Amino acid sequence: MLLAVIIFNFILLSLVPGDIADTLAGESGGASQEVMDDIRRTYGLDRPFHIQLATYVGKVLQGDLGTSYYFNLPVTELILGRVAPTLLLVVTALVLAILIGTLFGVIASRKPNKLFSHFVTVLALVGFSAPVFWTAFLLIVLFVAMLEIMPLSGLVDPTTPRGTLAWYLDVLHHLFLPVLSLSSIYLAAYSRLARASMMDVLGSDYIRTARAKGLGETTVTYKHALRNAVIPVITIAGLQFSHIFSGAVVVETVFTWPGLGTLAFESILRGDTPTIMGILFFSAMIVIIVNLLTDIAYRVVDPRIRSARNA
Amino acid sequence: MQTAAPLLEVEGLEVEFRTRQGIARVLDGVTLSLKPGQTLGIVGESGCGKSMTALSIMRLVPTPPGRIGAGAVRLKGENLLQASEARMREVRGKDISMIFQEPMTSLNPVYSIGDQIAETVRLHERLSRRASLERAVNMLKAVHIPAAERRVREFPHQMSGGMRQRVMIAMALACRPSVLIADEPTTALDVTVQAQVFDLLKEMQEKTGTAIILISHDMGAIAEMADRVIVMYAGRVVEEAATDEILESPKHPYTRGLIACVPHMEEQPPPERGALTEIPGVVPSLAALGAGCSFAPRCSHADDLCRRQAPQPFTVGTDRRTACWLYDEPGAP
Amino acid sequence: MTEYPTTKPDSAPGASEGSSEVVHIERPVVEFLRMYMRNWSAVVGLLVFTAIILAALFAPVILAVDPFEMVWMPFTPPGQDGYVLGTDNLGRDMLTAIVYGARATLVVGGSAAALTIFIGITIGSLAGYYRGWVDEVLMRITEFFQVLPPLLLAMVLVALFEPTLTTVAIAIGVVTWTGVARLARAEFMRIRELEFVKAARSIGSRDRRIIWRVILPNALPPLIVNAALTVGVAILFEAALSFLGLSDPNVMSWGKLIGDNRDYLLDAPWTVTVPGVAIFLTVLAVSLIGDGLNDAFNPRLRER
Repeated sequence: MLLAVIIFNFILLSLVPGDIADTLAGESGGASQEVMDDIRRTYGLDRPFHIQLATYVGKVLQGDLGTSYYFNLPVTELILGRVAPTLLLVVTALVLAILIGTLFGVIASRKPNKLFSHFVTVLALVGFSAPVFWTAFLLIVLFVAMLEIMPLSGLVDPTTPRGTLAWYLDVLHHLFLPVLSLSSIYLAAYSRLARASMMDVLGSDYIRTARAKGLGETTVTYKHALRNAVIPVITIAGLQFSHIFSGAVVVETVFTWPGLGTLAFESILRGDTPTIMGILFFSAMIVIIVNLLTDIAYRVVDPRIRSARNA
Repeated sequence: MQTAAPLLEVEGLEVEFRTRQGIARVLDGVTLSLKPGQTLGIVGESGCGKSMTALSIMRLVPTPPGRIGAGAVRLKGENLLQASEARMREVRGKDISMIFQEPMTSLNPVYSIGDQIAETVRLHERLSRRASLERAVNMLKAVHIPAAERRVREFPHQMSGGMRQRVMIAMALACRPSVLIADEPTTALDVTVQAQVFDLLKEMQEKTGTAIILISHDMGAIAEMADRVIVMYAGRVVEEAATDEILESPKHPYTRGLIACVPHMEEQPPPERGALTEIPGVVPSLAALGAGCSFAPRCSHADDLCRRQAPQPFTVGTDRRTACWLYDEPGAP
Repeated sequence: MTEYPTTKPDSAPGASEGSSEVVHIERPVVEFLRMYMRNWSAVVGLLVFTAIILAALFAPVILAVDPFEMVWMPFTPPGQDGYVLGTDNLGRDMLTAIVYGARATLVVGGSAAALTIFIGITIGSLAGYYRGWVDEVLMRITEFFQVLPPLLLAMVLVALFEPTLTTVAIAIGVVTWTGVARLARAEFMRIRELEFVKAARSIGSRDRRIIWRVILPNALPPLIVNAALTVGVAILFEAALSFLGLSDPNVMSWGKLIGDNRDYLLDAPWTVTVPGVAIFLTVLAVSLIGDGLNDAFNPRLRER
């Protein structure tokens, strides 16, 4: 799968009108045909397509994603420097969305006709319909402009000494609004999903068995029902991870969060193709890793999958 | 056994369900009694209220839309309908246990069967984790599951339907309840497995002395297992008698129909053989029941009285009752 | 479930009528509309969506002004000097911008959704119908597109080629079809095993006929519901791309309006919130329609 992404990247690259020679030449204000050919030779652009492809694949597999036109730095290095803030943002948002969403869904499912249940239904609709950058702006107006309790942007206040407790707390402080914006969409979706799934499970035969054993409603709900009901939530969360990653691009640009999303956006504006392709490749890799983790989570929760895969 | 005090008594039980067509009275004055160690069969077509009777005894009727309207369920004299929910949780699984029709879906797929059996024991007897798991292994041995020590760690999906029903029986009997309600325990199983499960139930009853309420639509199963039988139709008990009596001389036209439907029973011809080999029509919608006998539209004996007024149970002979106008005068057919 | 009797060979006129217990639905379309109209939130969604379409259609008639033209002082608050929604950072009339923005949003959202549905149904139906290696190959391709973050890929595609409404719509279509494909595949796999499909095969119908005339009509209800959601997703993608300034700079759209004014969020909040409300209401209307269709297709689910 990763190989497919690499090849796809390369094809995209070669589809781009103009090449590195044009770009470099453009930056230096025009160059003679001779110089251009020379640049093409240096970058191997004069060789046949399949050899170029093989060279590219080989390089990427060795962790060499090329050199950024703009920063003149290896793309891999550039990306690794930006990956931590993005993972912090995305993983926090995902975990919060799953935990709170499931909790909401469970509470709503226990009293399907009460106010809270309707609230979850409405929340899901609103969460789906609101563009994430707009949610972010509304949160900024509320928390930054009106309440004045949250920082507007960035990862951390630059005056805070790095590595101290205050530094970590400040990062958390800065993290709050981006995470809230990003998780709002998925929190809404997961609470609706968890509600439907819980209601399904609560009507099943084994829940009746659990009640017939004399178990209390709390044990029935949180021990017997929840573990079954969370399976579809994990499925969807795994499938949607690449969407959350997409949302992070927008949220990062709104809050100038120094992650991969901001880097990607800026690189697109700068026409820094190797960096863009590197990020695309890298994010695909992260999604694949997360899918593997989802698989593991599955095995923990559902014994049927455990034995089916072992067999 | 005739002299023993009843263990479980149900008296005039009424259950209503709110549906879109109106209020349906799914149980209407159900009365039954069960003595220690006895097996009581409840028989009738689907939708006649057999399972609802069981769920009402356990107080597991889904509310809403269901509601237990009137009546009493007395376990050793204690009215369970007035007990607190906490008291009911003590009763369920400890005094009264239940096994269900669908062994494939009645066990929680994500917990091992050992955990699920041990959970009941731990809950009701406050045993340690280890001791309750030991009990689980012993129960699995008792229901003849081979390699119980290994099986106890397995999950429901690794077992066949018959095996799972054995697990359900082990789980239900783990705390030695005085009453076991078996709701169509073999309907979903193969015929050969059905016989094994019935044999197991009988064996376990001899070992533990539990009383059984066996719910079935299969007269053959009831004939083999039950001491006494009640026949239900449209939420009412239409006939109650000892099993032999009901098989030899069914009184209510509906009971006669049920017995005539069982092919291998025909060696002992019922009194009006040939009158009913199949009961025409279907069980009526409970929301649309009129004032008359609910079986009247399908009954070949029905007259104006039947259509006007529902019959109360009449006592026939020494220890049997039937709700049919044919038996209004003592000594009628 | 409401089924279309005409698509099932065994329910041809006269075949199964006359039974008193089967409620015979005279005209499925009428019945369907009746079910839909009973759901007030779905009706509201439909009305709002219709209003937005009409506004977009008649934009030049209602407001014969160029949305890019500076008409008054920048940052005029809503309601002041006769500007109902105020003006933005360049003194452009917000109301005009919103009305014209509806066009870009609907055109891009609609055509991108159409493309998504077309690709999704084609790939999903082929995979679900033929199974085997066709399924294997097509599902690998689907997985491949699931692994790439869709918005990031759309950004890259738009940036690599010319940013026009067409490329934006194509880019959105290319990155969002996987969900439709998976749904279509699941439906086809389920329906191809049903009796009436076997019947069609046994009378020698060709594959193409079975796929398009026999299976597809029966797979439509969930796909139609999904299509409504797809329109919503496409609109949100369009908004995000134009917000980031990656869409056609010569076309006014709601996302662009927000992107242009984002730096003035705290001084002139209406310049950002108003277009956001427009996006929100449109997507909300579409999802309400989707929910309404879902309920109308599955009347029994509503009892919950």
